[in-house]
Amino acid sequence: MRDIQGEPLLKVTDLTVEISTKAGSFFPVNGHNFSVHAGETLGIVGESGSGKSMTAMSLVRLLPKHAAHIRSGSITLNGRELLGLSESEMRKVRGSEIAMILQDPQTSLNPAFTVGEQISEALRLHNPGPRRTLRERAIDALRKVKVAAPEHRIDAYPCELSGGMRQRAVGAIAISCQPKIIIADEPTTSLDVTVQAQYLRLLRELQEETGMAILFITHDFGIVANLCQRVVVMYYGRIVESGPVDRIFANPAHPYTEALIAAVPKLRGQKGRLRTIEGQPPAPTDVVEGCPFAPRCEYAESRCFKELPPTVNADSDGEHTASCWRVVGR
Amino acid sequence: MFRFLVTRISSSLFALLIITVIVFLLSHLSGSPVDALLPDDATQEQIDSFVREWGLDQPLWQQYLTFLVNAVQGNFGTSLKWPGEDAMGFVLDRMPATLKLGGLAILISVVIALPLGIAAAVYRGSAVDHGAQMFALLGQSMPNFWLGIILIWVFSVWLGWLPTSGMGTFAHAILPAVAIAWFQVSALARLTRSAMLEVLDAEYIKLARVKGVSEGMVVWKHALRNAAVVPLTYFGILAASILTGSVVIETVYSWPGMGWVALEAIRGRDFPVVQAVIIAYAVVYMLSNLFVDLLYVVVDPRIRRG
Repeated sequence: MRDIQGEPLLKVTDLTVEISTKAGSFFPVNGHNFSVHAGETLGIVGESGSGKSMTAMSLVRLLPKHAAHIRSGSITLNGRELLGLSESEMRKVRGSEIAMILQDPQTSLNPAFTVGEQISEALRLHNPGPRRTLRERAIDALRKVKVAAPEHRIDAYPCELSGGMRQRAVGAIAISCQPKIIIADEPTTSLDVTVQAQYLRLLRELQEETGMAILFITHDFGIVANLCQRVVVMYYGRIVESGPVDRIFANPAHPYTEALIAAVPKLRGQKGRLRTIEGQPPAPTDVVEGCPFAPRCEYAESRCFKELPPTVNADSDGEHTASCWRVVGR
Repeated sequence: MFRFLVTRISSSLFALLIITVIVFLLSHLSGSPVDALLPDDATQEQIDSFVREWGLDQPLWQQYLTFLVNAVQGNFGTSLKWPGEDAMGFVLDRMPATLKLGGLAILISVVIALPLGIAAAVYRGSAVDHGAQMFALLGQSMPNFWLGIILIWVFSVWLGWLPTSGMGTFAHAILPAVAIAWFQVSALARLTRSAMLEVLDAEYIKLARVKGVSEGMVVWKHALRNAAVVPLTYFGILAASILTGSVVIETVYSWPGMGWVALEAIRGRDFPVVQAVIIAYAVVYMLSNLFVDLLYVVVDPRIRRG
């Protein structure tokens, strides 16, 4: 097992993102606390609209301009505060220290440039060198993500590659500058299941080789179980539970997590209808009093509708926390 | 790519052939040349010899073939209004003046419209955006002959900065070029804006930013390269319509170009010159579209590789 003791690589404290509209402010990221250690994979799980992607974009400070901004909190990378950096300092961090893999490989490569041009652009920005070696380094990056015949593929345009191949190319861009952490925002959602499995295996191998950390954003608890050491569960912009994956799987503290795990289809065992969670999450603009999950929660009591539960330890060692009145009362 | 070019060139040639048919038929539909070319009191003998001389007694298809064979050799006959002048030669003499004015108008259009459209998209909703929209609305609402007159009134009569009409110094070309360009600037800027807005929301723009690419490079390299196809398509129409559609402005400013020749030739029922002008316009139109097709190949790799 990797060493996840000591200072975290990425530490997020009380991060709040605000979206101001004429109708008022709301908070797609509300008081987040989490950290990622070198060599570790942290999963962020939640439904669409729960604020996962907003969290990811706020880490690289690329929230949609004018629409959303970081209201408060702190993001440190290796002890350095990112929120205090100027835009040009932040640009040096993007791509070189924090890299990202976006959701849709069909659209995340620029159709007007070759794969090689797109990889070497990142290299040239962060780690310049002569043109010739840039090309060789780009080929190396493609080789690392297991693209066959990288010497040829480097001159291909995105339209000439398959979906899985494109997502590997996006991966090659991400790893090309040897980042300390990769944020992967649902990188396998639009891939075939078999290609998806290959891609996850590839990510794991790359991580073992380079010791980078991965922040893996997904709505699929099955992938989390497969890939991550720790997980953060989000609901309506809040972290409702976080902790080591094995413990949360064995013993989910929050009813939402419990329901998510129950909704993962299993090959063996239980038969019958797939379990789902009744109802819809509140819209981001809704004003919610009490626990946002209460209307869908089978254990909800009257207190849940009135007061927001605090985040408390669900375990004696403080590794596993949850935000639920049932845990508070334990 | 080779196949792409061959297809485009051969379809251009085919279109040109159709145009010669139309031009030929039109000149026959608009009345017999006999009435137009001979005086009213011509004798039957004069008419007969004229008909034989011009081959008007032959079947229509044979007349067309003769016309086509001559046209291919650049021979459209001699002008009636300007005696002794070769029709095509006369038109070609005026072409540089039209190209000079049109070229300046195209240059003004592109140099103003592209940055304006891009800035409006990047600073969407800002004062720049609203200003650009206003400017575009003005340009598209003013008919260009009217704009031409207003420009003369303001800059020549009132301020006295620029000459009212004629061709000579560079200053002579400014007002007519602006009068032609303003409408096109509006159209091109609006198209550029909407194409850029669409592209700026794309995932690959996000990925470029995530890589640490600066905002300037994101806009001018990653976004523009993809958005360019839309304004480029319009550029073909723009260039063609500026080069061929200058009839009105050339008249307002007494600019001695092809448009002016076309108008005078039509007035004087000078069929050989009218035919030559139409064919010359058609060729210019096709060449500018062919040029745009070549630019597509440069901009879009999917066409290059296809």
